[in-house]
Amino acid sequence: MSLIEQFQFNFLDDNRWQFIVSGLKNTIIITFFAVLLGIFLGFVIAIVRSTHDKTGKLKILNAICRVYLTVIRGTPTMVQLLIVYYVIFATVDPGKIVVAIIAFGMNSAAYVAEIVRSGIMSIDQGQFEAGRSLGLNYTQTMTKIILPQAVKNILPALGNELIVLLKETSISGYIGLTDLTRGGDIIRSQTYSALFPLLAVAAIYLVIVCFLTYLVGKLERRLRTNERK
Amino acid sequence: MSVSNEVLLDVQGLEKAYGGNQVLNGITTQIRRGEVVAIIGPSGCGKSTFLRSLNLLEEPTGGKILFEGTDITDPKVDINRHRQKIGMVFQQFNLFPHKTVKENIMLAPVTLKLMSKEEAEKTALELLKRVGLPDKADSYPDMLSGGQKQRIAIARSLAMNPDVMLFDEPTSALDPEMVGEVLELMQELAKSGMTMVVVTHEMGFAREVATRVLFIDEGKIQEENSPKEFFANPKNKRLREFLSKTL
Repeated sequence: MSLIEQFQFNFLDDNRWQFIVSGLKNTIIITFFAVLLGIFLGFVIAIVRSTHDKTGKLKILNAICRVYLTVIRGTPTMVQLLIVYYVIFATVDPGKIVVAIIAFGMNSAAYVAEIVRSGIMSIDQGQFEAGRSLGLNYTQTMTKIILPQAVKNILPALGNELIVLLKETSISGYIGLTDLTRGGDIIRSQTYSALFPLLAVAAIYLVIVCFLTYLVGKLERRLRTNERK
Repeated sequence: MSVSNEVLLDVQGLEKAYGGNQVLNGITTQIRRGEVVAIIGPSGCGKSTFLRSLNLLEEPTGGKILFEGTDITDPKVDINRHRQKIGMVFQQFNLFPHKTVKENIMLAPVTLKLMSKEEAEKTALELLKRVGLPDKADSYPDMLSGGQKQRIAIARSLAMNPDVMLFDEPTSALDPEMVGEVLELMQELAKSGMTMVVVTHEMGFAREVATRVLFIDEGKIQEENSPKEFFANPKNKRLREFLSKTL
């Protein structure tokens, strides 16, 4: 078979390209909502942890967060996905997509939390004191002075986490979910040719990652022009 | 420049210890409205810790601080409300780098809902004129010299209309040629009747602008006097040694 015939066989015959498209759709949905969940949960954990570090308050919450971080970072993502699907949602079925969003979101939260915490801790203590000495309370100082600067500093690391998360969703097939990777694999199982489906899948991931990198870089530059001209 | 009898800050037996290290050993003094109190002493003597205790950036481990009659060391007191009336200027300026100069000055009054955005902006521009930097409103702090930064920091503090201002070595991080502009502004503030407590190494400022000078060593006030007496006639032996090294 010539390359053109192979292309036709793998993607056009029987509309096999639809496996790729629907898989891509699921991958994007899972990544998008898992990122939102991860960032939200990650910020909450980071704020609990750094409030504890700075003020000594929130002892119990801090202990819970630390256990959470240890467990999530100490076990493979795939095992976590399987546990969420087969153990936590053993009796109720919220849909595989939701399961994947929760599993990947909770996983990402642990990494986001440590990134955000390092960002908060990297801000000079004097910034904090300046805010408090003007009469702002802890929360106001955090939201108006510390977090805006911290976020700017951690943007590259957060962008990296987003890229890692996108690629991690490729294990979604293990709970029988047709994501981009599984979509390509279904084609391979039908056509018995690996080259085109897998290369196509790889190329799509690559394009998305390049696009995300570009977006993060743009955002970073825009935030940086704030400070120096 | 007139000192009233109204006591703004009444410090009673103030102590501060870090672990077993006693930094403040019972400091008692009163600061009256209109006073400019200069605090001098060797490094590590506790003078900065004392100043930072006055708005509870350092939590005292003993003693009391009455600010306008309220004991602010009482944990039940809302310290944020009192800090609004106690301005502070830091050695390292601590301007907010992600905000413009104008926004630095507006941030606290607007966040605390003491002024509308428009009022705060008007105040900010007036204060910038007062500190001699009206053209820097839209600059970011990183574009300014050290002296300019400190003048902005003073303006930011003034925006809260404080009853007393604390200065923690305000000129120590500055290049020599910029010390003058900051001291001049502080002198102008003193003349306008602002109550000031200034930890400083600038003996000229202490001598000419202060109404009273304190010498702190080993966590205690060793000597306090009018500047004239203080420098002409130091009684404490350690103060005499200190002055002979610095003058």
